Amino acid sequence: MSAAPGGVLAGFRQVDAAAQAIRSLKEMGYRDFTVYTPVPNHEIADAVGHRVSPVRLWTLVGGLTGCVSGFAMTLWMSYDYPIVVGGKPLGSIPPYVIIAFELTILFGALATLAGLVFHAWRSHRAAAYDPKFTNDQIGIFVPCLAERRGAVQQLLQSEGAVEVRLES
Amino acid sequence: MATLAQPERPAARPTYAEVTRDIVATLGNPGRTWYIVFALVLVILAWGAGALLYQVRYGLGVAGYAPPVMWGVYITTFVFWVGIAHSGTLVSAILFLFRSAWRTAVYRTAEVMTVFAVMTAGLFPLIHVGRIWYAYWLIPYPNQRQLWVNFKSPLLWDVFAVTTYLIVSTCFLIVGLVPDIAAARDTVTGWRKKLYAITSLGWRGTDQQWRHYTRAYLYLAALATPLVLSVHSVVSWDFAMSIVPGWHTTIFAPYFVAGAIYSGCALVVTLLVPIRKAFKLERYVTPDHFENLAKLLLLTGMIVGYAYAVEYFMAWYSGNPYERAAFWNRAFGDYWWATWTMIICNGFLPLFLWFKKVRRSIPAMLVLSLFINLGMWFERFVIIVVSLSYEYEPYAFGHYTPSWVDWSILAGSFGWFFMWFLLFAKNFPMVSIAEVKEIIPMPRKERAHA
Repeated sequence: MSAAPGGVLAGFRQVDAAAQAIRSLKEMGYRDFTVYTPVPNHEIADAVGHRVSPVRLWTLVGGLTGCVSGFAMTLWMSYDYPIVVGGKPLGSIPPYVIIAFELTILFGALATLAGLVFHAWRSHRAAAYDPKFTNDQIGIFVPCLAERRGAVQQLLQSEGAVEVRLES
Repeated sequence: MATLAQPERPAARPTYAEVTRDIVATLGNPGRTWYIVFALVLVILAWGAGALLYQVRYGLGVAGYAPPVMWGVYITTFVFWVGIAHSGTLVSAILFLFRSAWRTAVYRTAEVMTVFAVMTAGLFPLIHVGRIWYAYWLIPYPNQRQLWVNFKSPLLWDVFAVTTYLIVSTCFLIVGLVPDIAAARDTVTGWRKKLYAITSLGWRGTDQQWRHYTRAYLYLAALATPLVLSVHSVVSWDFAMSIVPGWHTTIFAPYFVAGAIYSGCALVVTLLVPIRKAFKLERYVTPDHFENLAKLLLLTGMIVGYAYAVEYFMAWYSGNPYERAAFWNRAFGDYWWATWTMIICNGFLPLFLWFKKVRRSIPAMLVLSLFINLGMWFERFVIIVVSLSYEYEPYAFGHYTPSWVDWSILAGSFGWFFMWFLLFAKNFPMVSIAEVKEIIPMPRKERAHA
């Protein structure tokens, strides 16, 4: 873990209070804060306002790659060493659909997983953390310069944070 | 209202902190019973492994195969375990897409069961081929003769389907597990904290992590759903694509998929009962969950019963003498006992589930689930062994009796499955922490003031 930058770390118990705090922070011009939630929450996600995760593109590309490679592999191998089986054409599409289908799913799932790992890693920001945030608190960490910490702390407290601490 | 007694605390909706506390409490020292059961499971596994070594040393002849029955207990057990694996993805992926809230408390058990059941099933084709060390020939790899595998063979479709299923269901399990391991990491102390710190992969539940995670989970579920339906269809085509009477029917795919979900849900029930008791999860896994599983059992059981009826009807209605003879032989031939076990366990016993009292009674559900899986194993035995023993040519009819090696390896497969299952249950949360919390609304400011 890289060292977290200085800033203000607040814990909330109420989801609407945390959402309001996020909106207020954005109004104040903060963008690079980190929000921790024990579960995914729409209210928080809407307040933070990220665009839809690009992971879906990985799924699409992975799935299409799997489909194409399934057909390509079966057809190429059938013609590379031609053996007639059961009087069927060398390249028999119907049975190859099954292989292509399975590879679509396989590549799609692996690409989704890779996309998840990649984007979660790339969007990672060093930030202060508290173990309560996987338990029952919503956490907000606002990195800011020492002279602005008082204002941020006051804002978070007025929005209903149950605890606020300064991180340096 | 004042006269009404306060509801007992356990019945009330748990808070987030209680969920974390109760589920993390299941990790760690599992008590003496766990060690006794684990030791027993290891003994059974060792016995099965010994039988396998014996078979490897002396050849497949020790397994009781006799022409024409060259698919016996091993393929039966393969289909059995692949079938078991199906309810896991049903509960975790299909019910996820349907936004079915009750799945949260039981899906982890089902999913873990799925992964370990596929791991068990995957061993059987290898055991069955005899020369295990050539099993890699199933993989299309460039060899020195430039000869490739036969993609027109259903057995090869199986290789792709089952391998894909193992990989995808493992991914799904691990992705679901990460936030829970993180929650455990933030609670426990000692060496487990280190274990969970590594296996939680740096999860902190940040807005960015959830943003990508929720999308990825949705797409994994969307991919797993058609996959689960395809896998047992492909397994059924191992049979349906050939011309053996009793195998060559078009209803096999839906018939097998329903049977698979049926047996899988039954094993979920079998596993949930002791887990709930041992881990004191009565508050999370309630009779409502058993009732929902019972309804799934009832639905799939009815489909399976209907499929049995259709098979017999078509054997008669087709006018095909071989098909008729095969089904007559099933019910009244040498293996009548296997057929009737299957029909009674799968067709008649689930009828008890029409009664709400049975659906909500945990002992009754446990007993029924055991019978259903007995019946489902025999279903595969009947389809595979009985059909093969009685094909077209009376001169080539035969009889297959499983040998002690077959039975030992079958028992060993349960040892293998339960070894992994018990190890997992000891070290990782068997109920999803994050997902159980998800169905509990977070506290709000307005209501707090009201």
